[in-house]
Amino acid sequence: MSEIVVKDLCKTFNQNTDTVDALKNINLTIETGDIYGIIGMSGAGKSTLVRCFNFLEKPTSGEVWIGNKNLSALSEKELRAERSEIAMIFQSFNLLMQKNVIDNVCFPLRLQKISKADARKRAKELLEIVGLSEKEKAYPAQLSGGQRQRVAIARALANKPRILLCDEATSALDPQTTASILELLRDINKKLGITIVVITHQMSVVSEICNKVAIIEKGEVVENGLVEDVFNHPKSSAARELILRGDNEKTGGIVETINAERKIRIVFTENSSYEPVIANMVLKFQTAVNILRADTRNVGGVAKGEMILGLPEDTTLQENIISYLRERGLEIEEVTGDV
Amino acid sequence: MFDSQVINMLLEGIRDTLYMTIFSTVIAYIFGLPLGICLKVTSKDGLKPNKIIYGILDVFCNIVRSIPFLILLILLIPFTRFVVGKSYGSTATIVPLVVCAAPYIARMVESSLNEVDPGVIEAAKSMGASNLDIVFHVMLVEARTSLIVGATITTGNILGYSAMSGTVGGGGLGDIAVRYGYYRWQTDIMIITVILLIILFQIIQNVGMKIAGNLDRRK
Repeated sequence: MSEIVVKDLCKTFNQNTDTVDALKNINLTIETGDIYGIIGMSGAGKSTLVRCFNFLEKPTSGEVWIGNKNLSALSEKELRAERSEIAMIFQSFNLLMQKNVIDNVCFPLRLQKISKADARKRAKELLEIVGLSEKEKAYPAQLSGGQRQRVAIARALANKPRILLCDEATSALDPQTTASILELLRDINKKLGITIVVITHQMSVVSEICNKVAIIEKGEVVENGLVEDVFNHPKSSAARELILRGDNEKTGGIVETINAERKIRIVFTENSSYEPVIANMVLKFQTAVNILRADTRNVGGVAKGEMILGLPEDTTLQENIISYLRERGLEIEEVTGDV
Repeated sequence: MFDSQVINMLLEGIRDTLYMTIFSTVIAYIFGLPLGICLKVTSKDGLKPNKIIYGILDVFCNIVRSIPFLILLILLIPFTRFVVGKSYGSTATIVPLVVCAAPYIARMVESSLNEVDPGVIEAAKSMGASNLDIVFHVMLVEARTSLIVGATITTGNILGYSAMSGTVGGGGLGDIAVRYGYYRWQTDIMIITVILLIILFQIIQNVGMKIAGNLDRRK
């Protein structure tokens, strides 16, 4: 079943005399149970897009369907009721700083007029889920970033939502904390069956937990599909850039100065990792290739090797190398420009 | 040094000053707090932007605040007489004090509410909170430290203004200072009243800041 369907969505902002097209003709379908990544550079419009999913931003035109409800057709009151089914977490956590952990988690329950005792009971269960039971009396200022995001997640889950929107939820966290929060999100998706939408600028986040991804650039969806397909064969330049450049913090920047004449990107699937393909290739052709980059990543739970090779100048030799690698079942793709 | 008559007079002065200050502050907040909330809610980035309502409230606050208190005191004499039946004495002073303080409080409240993290308000909206929920359960709660600091400053100001009303027979320590110090050249009594005012001010300031600090959970 489709959980979120976006049809021809446009959003225009009026800034004084200028109009800015933040989103142009977005069409997306997110299925129940998906962990759907929406990735793009900052300013691409992804945060605006996710706010259209719960109508914190009203689209200029187009439709957003949540389940079988068209959000633009709802009254303000119905919309508020619907929002309790669509939870959201944020980069800056957005907890009530003057309330302690348990009162923060109770907050959305109290909004729904649930009695104090019932709300507390539910809040305790939620804090159990996110692993913060012993912190219920602490105030947000006394917690670390990761703990604060856990409280925010508990609060988001309070009203048993069907959808959880994550707006750069791990961008303010260090890599270890990010990993543990992503694990928690994956757990929530599996155990509670909540559809998750992840907004991020980090490819590592998408490859870590998402099953589907949409790449958004300058307000348009330039590519979408299964994470594995997009990762293996990025079609758009934006996708390529995000995949190749995406993890600057991990690789410490990418070789931009090395300008081999022809470069190819190889993705190793499970089977190909057993054979020492590159070494065999070098032995066979008796020529050196320049390894510009090599990396292993976890894409949807599967280890994927990735390598960028600078090929020798001889064009027939280049073609031979490429066909040799193709025969070994590797995903090959040409890379142009500075990688 | 002083006979019991003077001491009694000073004690009455303290009582009247506190009476004026406390009642004026409380009544001024009854008007100023909702006014400040309205300013914030109807402002450009508020929950329900409304240029017309914001414009009217904005100009109204500016006009009242730009009138010097002493002039306001005199201008309001007919109104004061209409409300409390007379235009002199401690109770009568409360009327101009409230009129003077309410717009000031509105501005203090508006600026306190401006400090609330917009992200927290957005989070509340995403949970389906109504605007009333947001005002009462998010904005006023998150801004409470700043609101109490504002109230402390306001109370101090009203204490000062209540003394000023002594020039037109307002009652309290200011009245004593003007009558004895200015008209009768009894400098010693004037100095005592000034010292008493300083002490009162210090108490208000310290208690207010202490409460604000104790209620702040951001540290």
